[in-house]
Amino acid sequence: MISCKKRAKSTFLLPFIFIFFVVSSAFAQETAQVGTAGVTPGSAEAAPAAGGGGGADAAVIDAGSTLFKNNCAQCHAVTAEVVVGPGLKDVHKRRSQSWLQKWIKNSSALIQSGDKDAVAVYNEYAKQQMPSFAFSDDELNAIIAYIKQESESAATDMAPSGVPGAEAGAQVGTNAPDAVGGYVDMLLIVLVVVLIVLVITLLIIASVLKNYLKNKTDLTGAEQEMLERRTNFANIYKSKAVRVIVGLIFIVVLVDISIDKVMGVGIQQGYAPRQPIAFSHKLHAGDHQINCNYCHTSVYKSEKANIPSANICMNCHSQIKKESPEIQKIYRAIENNKPIEWVRVHNLPELAYFNHSQHTKVGGVECQTCHGPIETMEVVAQYSPLTMGWCIDCHRNTPLNTEGNAYYDNLVKLHEKQSKGAFIVASNGGTECSKCHY
Amino acid sequence: MQETIKYWRGVEELNNTPEFQQHAHNEFPEFLPVSEANGDDSSSPVAPRRDFLKLLGFGMAAVTLASCEAPVRKAIPYLHKPEEVEPGVANWYASTYFMGDFYNPVLVKTREGRPIKIEGNPLSPITQGGTHARSQASLLGLYDQSRLKGPMAGGKEVSWKEVDQKIRTRLTGVQGKVVLVSNTIISPSTKTVIREFGAQFPSFEHVTYDPKSAYGLLRANGGLVPGYDFSKAKVIVSVGADFLGSWISPVEYSKQYIINRKVTAENPTMSRHIQFESFLSLTGANADVRVPVKPSEYGAVVAALYNAVARGAGAEAITAPNNAYAKQVEAAAKELLANRGAALVVSDSNDASVQALVAGINRALGAEGSTINTAAPSYVRQGDDARMLRLVQDMNNGGVGAVIFYGANPVYDHPLSQQIVSGLKKVGVKISFADRADETASLADYICPDSHFLESWNDYEPKRGFLSLAQPAITPIYNTRQAQQSLLVWAGSTTDYYNVIQRTWSGVVGSAAGWDKAVHDGVAQGTTGLNEPTAAVAPVTLAGAAVGINKAARAAAGKGAFELEIYEKVAIGTGQHTNNPWLQEMSDPTTKAVWDNYVTISQADAKAQDIEQNDVLRVTAKGKTIELPALIQPGQAVGTVGIAVGYGRTHGGQAANNVGANVYPLVTVSDNALQYTNTVTIEKAGTDKPIAQTQTHHTVMGRNVVQESTLGKYKQDPKSVTEYIKIATPDGPQKPQKVSLWQDYEYKNHHWGMVIDLNSCIGCGSCTVSCQVENNIPVVGKQEVLNRREMHWLRIDRYYSSDATREDGGFEKMEDPSANPAVVFQPMLCQHCNHAPCETVCPVAATMHSTEGINQMVYNRCVGTRYCANNCPYKVRRFNWFNYANNEKFDYNMNNDLGKMVLNPDVTVRSRGVMEKCSFCVQRIQAGKLEAKKEARRPKDGEIVTACAQACPTNAIIFGDMLDPNSQVSQILKREEGERAFHVLEELNTQPNVTYLTKIRNQA
Repeated sequence: MISCKKRAKSTFLLPFIFIFFVVSSAFAQETAQVGTAGVTPGSAEAAPAAGGGGGADAAVIDAGSTLFKNNCAQCHAVTAEVVVGPGLKDVHKRRSQSWLQKWIKNSSALIQSGDKDAVAVYNEYAKQQMPSFAFSDDELNAIIAYIKQESESAATDMAPSGVPGAEAGAQVGTNAPDAVGGYVDMLLIVLVVVLIVLVITLLIIASVLKNYLKNKTDLTGAEQEMLERRTNFANIYKSKAVRVIVGLIFIVVLVDISIDKVMGVGIQQGYAPRQPIAFSHKLHAGDHQINCNYCHTSVYKSEKANIPSANICMNCHSQIKKESPEIQKIYRAIENNKPIEWVRVHNLPELAYFNHSQHTKVGGVECQTCHGPIETMEVVAQYSPLTMGWCIDCHRNTPLNTEGNAYYDNLVKLHEKQSKGAFIVASNGGTECSKCHY
Repeated sequence: MQETIKYWRGVEELNNTPEFQQHAHNEFPEFLPVSEANGDDSSSPVAPRRDFLKLLGFGMAAVTLASCEAPVRKAIPYLHKPEEVEPGVANWYASTYFMGDFYNPVLVKTREGRPIKIEGNPLSPITQGGTHARSQASLLGLYDQSRLKGPMAGGKEVSWKEVDQKIRTRLTGVQGKVVLVSNTIISPSTKTVIREFGAQFPSFEHVTYDPKSAYGLLRANGGLVPGYDFSKAKVIVSVGADFLGSWISPVEYSKQYIINRKVTAENPTMSRHIQFESFLSLTGANADVRVPVKPSEYGAVVAALYNAVARGAGAEAITAPNNAYAKQVEAAAKELLANRGAALVVSDSNDASVQALVAGINRALGAEGSTINTAAPSYVRQGDDARMLRLVQDMNNGGVGAVIFYGANPVYDHPLSQQIVSGLKKVGVKISFADRADETASLADYICPDSHFLESWNDYEPKRGFLSLAQPAITPIYNTRQAQQSLLVWAGSTTDYYNVIQRTWSGVVGSAAGWDKAVHDGVAQGTTGLNEPTAAVAPVTLAGAAVGINKAARAAAGKGAFELEIYEKVAIGTGQHTNNPWLQEMSDPTTKAVWDNYVTISQADAKAQDIEQNDVLRVTAKGKTIELPALIQPGQAVGTVGIAVGYGRTHGGQAANNVGANVYPLVTVSDNALQYTNTVTIEKAGTDKPIAQTQTHHTVMGRNVVQESTLGKYKQDPKSVTEYIKIATPDGPQKPQKVSLWQDYEYKNHHWGMVIDLNSCIGCGSCTVSCQVENNIPVVGKQEVLNRREMHWLRIDRYYSSDATREDGGFEKMEDPSANPAVVFQPMLCQHCNHAPCETVCPVAATMHSTEGINQMVYNRCVGTRYCANNCPYKVRRFNWFNYANNEKFDYNMNNDLGKMVLNPDVTVRSRGVMEKCSFCVQRIQAGKLEAKKEARRPKDGEIVTACAQACPTNAIIFGDMLDPNSQVSQILKREEGERAFHVLEELNTQPNVTYLTKIRNQA
């Protein structure tokens, strides 16, 4: 009797334990994915600029590239393609340096002075005026050097320079977490298959043995009874131990779910409210590759990455897509002198202090690291959980961006002398309370 | 089978009576006699419980449903973002504070367009970055709800157009002269505007008076306040002048005064400061020698001092009345004479005779050209008592057709208040520029509210050759208009006041670039010449002064009653700041009282009259009586009492009204001048009114909390002035740090530390207000202070010396301060102990140490056990007993939308049930480090400063990185190690990061 009960219990428990393993490993996998995806630099991490050819200093070209992307790229392409204004490929050959300087600094003055080229360009592009830019001469030269370099590299090795960069970028963004996930999945499938095979084999062996014993005649009464006994489910149901275990499991699962839910209160991961204007980041940041900093002007300077004011929209939309009903909303806002009330997507509790510039400018963290693939979002959704655990997790795993920052020089030396691990944010007090709470 | 034993519950069950059966079945009576007990039988007694459950269930469901969806928060950007505004980045504008009291150029910090902090302007050669509690707190005046929302005519709100039209019509047809009454104006452009305005009337007069007048001083010095320069003085004698706290220009004088008060072992010299005064002022508390003198004896003391100095300097003596302080006067004269050319005598007496003698002493000592800068006299007091008194007469005689009050409130702050009220009834047109319907403005026909100085353009010339500007840091919050603009409109001019200022300054700044620089810097050098007072004050000669003094001495002699001296509190001033909760709650430097004025009385008099602290006294002078509680004040001259002005307002605003009593009516009017003394009788009213003091222990009782020594000892051996406690160990007496339970942490990046020089700290309290503004510290009100629940993170402990020693009768005797005690001030804040006792007792780890040496307080982790506060030996932790920010019982600035605009967005507003304390302004540290990181460099010393250190007018608080060997903090600690540097309660081995430097008095 007693041995019988035991066996029943174990047969009943087996599938339970199995389910548990499967469920918990799936959970673990999910959390692991969020964790890694959160820290992996996004696909927008630009491929390093192709080697500094053309003689000009690589640093100057680099600076020019940044300036170009932040200021010019909204209306001009480095290729011959016309965006709003003319494509700038080989512009240094078409125009003199001094002409370009005058034009960029104050195009209307140049037009008014009656310069032939200026008037021609002005008329050609539907008499749209180019805004004035107060660049220094050095900055202008850097931009021109960048255009020069881009024009030349496009002419010589267009194919090889473009493709590998893009591929590398794609790999950084997607492959790593996918590879990890695939591996776990495979392992799981193999395990399940092995288990099924095992169960089937065992069942076959059991029936073979049973048949063999049935054919035997010299069995005692007790043995006969044992052989003919069938699993009685009523017994299982009546078993106290089973009831207790099922009850316990039920309670554990219930508590787990409720804790999970309670901890989730206030977490708005995935929150994607409808905005008053259907602004698409996919179109602006993705397709048109407008730098985040162009609209969110204070993201490198301030605690806040500001929502752009309507006059920034007007930089382009005073000319482009004027008829769109969504753009009309901006015009109406300006006419009525009523600011646009966007719905705030990312809400930190007031007790936590977060500074964008600390992360973007000093830490060199990409926007996508926390905001996710924003350049693919039609409607912005909160990508990260924005919980304290999520913050701390990153601070514990991310090496400090100390490169070329004299603030850290001595600290890096001290760290190298005293400890072996990487110099992470936490090793510089990055997990201390009053870094964020004051 | 055994039968179960039955137990009866009582005889009733055994007998099983019908009553028992009934009760057994109805154990819980259906009818609860609740409503009967409440005397209410209208509702059904049965239903409520079920209804309650239903309601409870419904409520729970509703709350759960409501909480499922997080509230939608909006992000509203600008339509046209101003170029200079970045959300999250502070902008600073140079401006100037002058509210009729003192001049203080400031920098205004604005966030997203709203001013949130005021700091001193370090470019000013006059105040050199120093601030006063009043200038710090003046920010709150901007967000004052009691301000008028727009112009008023006859008690009704009207538009500017309407009020302008009415006023212009009535002024054109005015009969009699037009008078503009103001306190001192030091704005050259405003004076131009007033002159332009007055030119359109056949008879126009601009009458200037000051609530706390310096008319006597002006008469004795040709109508100008002498350009005192305390930095050149080696000996300073002050007769009643509280020049560090409230007299004429306290920030400027503090800056100058402290230069010669700082000592180092290499240069162990300091100035000598002798004070004669009746009540214990802030300045008297800092003096090396303090002589309590009755106000009526100021003349005699000054005359005797004059004679003694004249004798030594070979000038002619005068006939002086007798005085009881011959010895102290002689000693003072000797020191003054020994330092000829580096000596200065000042007095706040409003008696021209006294001031003439003071001027005579300074002349005899060769002060002119050294301790008195004759090239730069001060313009900050121009009030003419005689003309104001004449105006009161004129009004009552019906000779005044129109009166305009600009920044003046004479119905409240002039002793002839009743005559002014009766006179105003005879004036045809009454206009006020007051920002609220104050005591005077409420009697006016039209109130045209002036904008706050942070909303206005203005210029100032406080001293000849020194100019400064005020620029708006915010557009006017209400529909207010600058008074100058109103005057221009009424003069029929279409010019903007801004252009008037530019015109005034054209000769000073030259080009447009020069103007831009002046606006940026806030200060400039040059003179407009417009600010020289034009109306001459009656001069006074030495001979006349001698006669006056003898007459006054005779008049005072032989009176048995008390002498009253009316003084100005450091925080509240003459009444213009009474509606400022920050200043109301700032504890007075010497009395440590808040939210009240009171009668200060000496210990001896209190004993003789059987007066106890808080007893309400009836103070009567010439038929006028006020009732105020008594505050027993060590150092108060026997036979005198002191009462502060600025309280007892009736139309000041929510925080001002009905606090204390108005003492202005007790000001004496004699010889066409006001005297801030009077002879009063005192009787007990029989009731008591508690005075809220933030400190009730007056002495250190022989403990080693605060250390002081004398210059004589310091010169002999700088290592002898500080006592270092050693503790017994097996290896003999050792420094407490040698024995430790903890493993010490090695600081690698920064180690923030603070040094507080007790020699430099004058106890003015500007740091406490600065801290309150910076860190969103709530105002709790009088009752909560009485409950010992004030919230200031930084307090200034004031300790009196005691004559008793432990042998005299134990600690109990040592609690009593001396009759004329030495005073020492000690700013006390979280010491950020490296071995913090608070950190180890927190059960939830809500307070812990950072890798930069800061004792961190995490509000969102705190559960409010208050163990930390119990375990803190410095008693610097503050507990939020209430949600001060959203609780109508604490109806101060944090409880209305407007007042909330002053909150610092970088600092959490704490809620109920959490502990808080000084954070070393960690928000500033973080911001400073970030700035350095962005520029890829280490932070510079002096770049990261706490709010208290920045506000200090005497640089007594120095903050910095102790790991940076070149920082000021490190240098001082290196220099003072083993000499003056000490830690409070060092024997507890808390190892604080705040170090104090022993106070040195200039005594043998």
